[in-house]
Amino acid sequence: MEALFFNVDNGFLEGIIRGYKAGLLTQTHYSNLTQCETIEDFRTQLSATDYGNFLSNEPLPISTSTITDKATQLLVDQFNFLRSNAVEPLNKFFDYITYAYMIDNVILLITGTLHERDTHELLERCHPLGVFDTMPALCVATNVEELYHSVLVETPLAPYFRECLSAADLDDLNIEIIRSTLYKAYLEDFYAFCQKIGGPTADVMARILSFEADRRTINITINSFGTELSKEQRANLFPTIGRLFPEGNNALARADDIEQVRMACEGVSEYRAFFDNSSSSARTNGGNDSTAHLLGDLSDDSGPAADLEDRFFLHEVHLNKQAFLQQFQYSIFYSYVKLKEQEIRSLTWIAECIAQDARDRIHDFIPTF
Amino acid sequence: MSGTGPRENIFPTRMALTNTKLRLKGAQTGHSLLAKKRDALTTRFRAILRKVDEAKRKMGRVMQLASFSLAEVTYATGDISYLVQEQAKSATFKVKAKQDNVSGVILPAFEVDRVQGSDFNLTGLGRGGQQVLRSKEVYAKAVETLVELASLQTAFTILDEVIRATNRRVNAIEHVIIPRLDNTIKYIASELDEMDREEFFRLKKVQGKKKRDAEASEALRKAAAERYIEVEDIQIGGGGGDLIDTKDEDIIF
Repeated sequence: MEALFFNVDNGFLEGIIRGYKAGLLTQTHYSNLTQCETIEDFRTQLSATDYGNFLSNEPLPISTSTITDKATQLLVDQFNFLRSNAVEPLNKFFDYITYAYMIDNVILLITGTLHERDTHELLERCHPLGVFDTMPALCVATNVEELYHSVLVETPLAPYFRECLSAADLDDLNIEIIRSTLYKAYLEDFYAFCQKIGGPTADVMARILSFEADRRTINITINSFGTELSKEQRANLFPTIGRLFPEGNNALARADDIEQVRMACEGVSEYRAFFDNSSSSARTNGGNDSTAHLLGDLSDDSGPAADLEDRFFLHEVHLNKQAFLQQFQYSIFYSYVKLKEQEIRSLTWIAECIAQDARDRIHDFIPTF
Repeated sequence: MSGTGPRENIFPTRMALTNTKLRLKGAQTGHSLLAKKRDALTTRFRAILRKVDEAKRKMGRVMQLASFSLAEVTYATGDISYLVQEQAKSATFKVKAKQDNVSGVILPAFEVDRVQGSDFNLTGLGRGGQQVLRSKEVYAKAVETLVELASLQTAFTILDEVIRATNRRVNAIEHVIIPRLDNTIKYIASELDEMDREEFFRLKKVQGKKKRDAEASEALRKAAAERYIEVEDIQIGGGGGDLIDTKDEDIIF
C-alpha cells in the first residue's frame, strides 16, 4: 500500500538521495586517499570525487578541522535541500533527524550559560544541522532559570525537557547526564514516531534506532565505571527501547566491570561478537609497540573498550547500508546522513593520520561503501 | 726577572714577603678546590645533558602520541574542547618545586603532583568516553614528560652558568692571581737581596773610608814627630858658642 503512493510525495527525494548515495566515497577512493603523502595530495584526490573543489579556496596549509567543517557544510547543504522539498510526514522525519544535533547545541549553550560565558560566540561552534531559528534567543538568557524557561518555550526540544528535567536540575546535574537524559527521551520519541509511520520505515528504523539505543546503553555503562555516577542514575539514562531492553538493561545497570557487560549482551548474537576481543587486541598491539611501552598498562585496559567503539561504528554503517536495500521508506534519509557523517569522520581520520605521520593507523577508519 | 709581569704594589719588606707567601698558598689551595668543584659539576652536567637528550626524544614521541589520541577523540565524539574547558574547575595536575644541592649549587627540581580529580569524567558518556579518558591519561603523561624536561633543562642552564663562572675563577687564579703573587714574591725577594747587597757595599765603603782616614791621621802624626826631631837638632847645632852666657831654659817634660 505504501509502495503505491510513496512516489507521489517522496519519489523525487528518494531519487535524489540515491543519487547522493552513489556519490559516497568507495573503497577505491579510500585506498587512493590513504596513499597520499601530504594534505595537498589529499585535496587533489578528493577533487576527483563528489566533493569537487570544496577545499580549493582554502589557504595552505589546510588543517584537518577545516576539512571537517567544509565537508560538513556540504552535507548540511544537501540536507537542507532535501528538507525544503519534503512534505509531511517526511518533513517531520527530517525534523527528528535534526533533534539529535539540537540536543548537542542546546547542551553547549547550557554549558556556556552555567559558567556565565558570553553565549553568542558559542553559536558558531554549534553543529549546523542542529541550528534552529530561535536558537539565538537562548543566548539572551543570562541565568539558568531564564534559560530553562526559554528552552521550554523556544525549542522543539521542549517536550523532552518538560518530561525529564525541572529548572532546579540544571544547576547541579552534570551536563553530560542532562545530555544523556535528553537523548534517551529523543530516541524513544523518534522510535514511537517511526512506529506510527509504519510499513518498512518502522521496520528499518526500528533496527537502526534499537542499535543506537543499545549502543548508548552499553557505552554509558562502560564509561560510568569508576565515576561518581550511581547505578540508579545510570539506569535512568538507558533508553527504554532496543534489543537489550528490558532484561539486558537491568543487567547492565548492575554491571561493575566489562565482563558483566559482556554477560549482559550474551543474549543478542550480534552484540556478542563485539566483545570477542581475542583477534582485535593482537591487531592493536601489533602496530603500537611504542604506544604500549610508553603507556605501560594504560593501553591494555582501554584497548578492548576503545576497540568496541570501532565495532559499534562498523555495525552502524552495516545497518545503515542495509537501509538502502529497501525502497519506499524514509530510513534511507536517516541512513544517508549517518553514512555521510561516518565518511566525514573517516576523511578527518585519514587527514589526521597524514598530518601527524601516523601511517600505521591510517587504515583504522570505517569505510562506507 | 722581578720586573717582568704584573705584580702587586707593595712595599718590599720581610713581613710583606711572609704575607704574600701565605696568600700564594691560599690561592693554590683555592685553585685546587675550585678545580675539583668544576670537575664534579662537569660530571653532573654531562649526566644531565644525557638525560635532557633522552627526555627530549621521549617528549617528541609522547607528544605525537598525545595529539594522535586527541584525533581519536575527535573521531569518536567530535569536538569536546569547549565542554572540557568549561567543566575543568580545579587543576588536577600540579607542579611542585623543590631544591637540590650539587656541590654548593642549588638546582630547582620540579615534581608532578597529580590529584585524581574527575572534573569531566562524564564527558563522552554517550560515546567515546574511553577515548576521552585515554586521551586524558596520555596528555597527563605528556605533561609529566614536559615537567621532567623542564626541571632538567633548568638544571642544565644553571649548571652551565655555574660551571662557566667556576671555570673563570679557576682560570683567573691560575693565570692571573698566582703569577702575580709569584711575581710579587720574586720582586720582594729581589728587592731584599738588593738591599742586602747595598748594605754590604755601604759597610765596605764605610770600612774603606775609615781605613783611609786612619792612614791619613797616622801619616800626619808621623810627619809631626819628624819635624820635632829636626828642631831639636838645629837647636843643638846652633848654640855651641857660649854655654855660660846662655841660660838654659828649664826643660819640662
